[in-house]
Amino acid sequence: MISFSAKSLSASIRASTVLEGVSFDAEAGELIGIIGPNGAGKSTLLRAMAGLLPHRGSAEWNGRVISQMTHSERSRLIAYMPQERTVHWAIPCRDVVLLGRLPHHSRFAGPSTADRMAAEDAMRQMDVAEFSDRPFDTLSGGEQARVLVARMLAQDTPSFLADEPINGLDPAHQIGFMRTFQAFARSGRLVFVSLHDLTLAGRWCDRLLLLDQGKLKSNTPPDQLFTSGLIEHVYGIETTTITLAERLTIVPCSDKRRPNRTTAGEPTEKTLNDRDLI
Amino acid sequence: MIPVDRRFYVLLASLAVATALLFVLSLGLGQVWIDPRLLIASWGSPDTAEAIILAEIRLPRALLALFIGAILGLSGAVLQGFLRNPLAEPGLLGISATASLGAVLAIYGGLTAFHPYALPLAALTGVLLAVLLLQTLVGRSGDILTIILAGVALSSLAAALTSLALNLSTNPFAALEIVFWMLGSLADRSMVHVGLALPFIIVGGGLLFMTGRALDALSLGADVAQSLGVSITLTRLLAIFGTAIGVGAATAVSGAIGFVGLIVSHLLRPLVGQKPSRLLPASALGGAVFLLAADILVRIIMPERDLKLGVVTAVLGAPFFLWLLLSLRRRSA
Repeated sequence: MISFSAKSLSASIRASTVLEGVSFDAEAGELIGIIGPNGAGKSTLLRAMAGLLPHRGSAEWNGRVISQMTHSERSRLIAYMPQERTVHWAIPCRDVVLLGRLPHHSRFAGPSTADRMAAEDAMRQMDVAEFSDRPFDTLSGGEQARVLVARMLAQDTPSFLADEPINGLDPAHQIGFMRTFQAFARSGRLVFVSLHDLTLAGRWCDRLLLLDQGKLKSNTPPDQLFTSGLIEHVYGIETTTITLAERLTIVPCSDKRRPNRTTAGEPTEKTLNDRDLI
Repeated sequence: MIPVDRRFYVLLASLAVATALLFVLSLGLGQVWIDPRLLIASWGSPDTAEAIILAEIRLPRALLALFIGAILGLSGAVLQGFLRNPLAEPGLLGISATASLGAVLAIYGGLTAFHPYALPLAALTGVLLAVLLLQTLVGRSGDILTIILAGVALSSLAAALTSLALNLSTNPFAALEIVFWMLGSLADRSMVHVGLALPFIIVGGGLLFMTGRALDALSLGADVAQSLGVSITLTRLLAIFGTAIGVGAATAVSGAIGFVGLIVSHLLRPLVGQKPSRLLPASALGGAVFLLAADILVRIIMPERDLKLGVVTAVLGAPFFLWLLLSLRRRSA
């Protein structure tokens, strides 16, 4: 069973601190959403967790510090899916998914029959088997995202880190992906996804990490976060909560920063402060 | 549809056959046709004039075309995969320009008169200094854009210094020698040149071939490649030093021969199913085919004018480069 622990994780990009003292623990079986406004440090957190970024503090997988693991050890523990869905060259989807098997075949050998079967299995699971021979760049955004998740699945690691995997997808795909990620978690994996859609985050995630300006503001199940008033403060929005499938989730309603949405003559700052007191 | 795997091996086999045929043709062709079989018949003790021509003039020329073509094709494929840019080729890193500068300085300084090795060794020294400078410029970050820009800067500097040497050259013969050398040619090379270049080309080629797997992973971006267990730093060192050693040695004996890596890699990429690792052996063979064919062409078109090989590849290559730019722009539009 995989476990993860961040201990005062901090990271800087070009001398400005983008992640500051983030600490939390996570266990296999959880689907954890990472939320926060643009520039809050969601991608940086995921990259630091995957050991792709120099950082201070420690990111520990199964009690082992990531920066002390070899590349190949990491590749058997963590599969990472970046925000950009780019594949250079017009590589057929089968080969894209097969790349997920790189950590499993020996250095100079090509993929084995077992590797090919694992890749085909992953493609069937993500319902992209029909695209096997099609070049990746000819697919739609949703199809591309499914192929890339299949690639992650083929890597067959106990944990997945996905950076905004549902960005730019239609609602059916978004819901489909959240359902898939939840299923991955239920099958014993530890899954982290960064998200912008708060409603979906609340509906599907077991726990939400709220980041604001590089700091971890909250680490609770969604219903607790949504009734704390923190969302409104951090995002600068007004919200309403609803219950979906017996779970409390949140719907953003209006943004508080625009003066024309507030009472005439009243400074915006004031509204924010008022809201903070609640 | 034929499976991609089988198509790939058929392609490699056809390229290998083409290489072998062109190699034999290159032995036979010249001012007079000599039956290439004579080379084997008289191996070790060439007694006739024809046998001596084959063993000491035609053979080194054909061998150099084969190996230099292969290393140029291979390094083009590796650099395109590593930089994820279809326009990359060894010339881009400043390898050819700095090798030329080293060679030109050797001619300019009159070192070539002392020892036949002086010129290639000076060229290799130039490349080595350039690569160390490139590594320093790029630093630990390994940013792709920095690598390309540093390569362009190095090329320009080397070209400027080469022009300066020409400019200041008081000896018109030295100037002419410099110009002719820079045009790139395989004519009048001996087995000494083969012996000098071959070990470097083999070592450089070996380093370049080691990048295949990493290049495949890199097609998903540097972060994903790293999460798949690939070391980006190691891959960069292999790509840059492999190119420097292999192409540096090639340029040291042949002069600058451009565009081979660019054209060959681009033409073969669709035929190998786009996968960067598969492009490596195909591009090496394709480079050999291309250069053997071009070197035969310069002997056929104007046998009496000593047409330079580098000129032919550039005349074919530059328009191709423009066409490539246009078609890339059309695709992204």
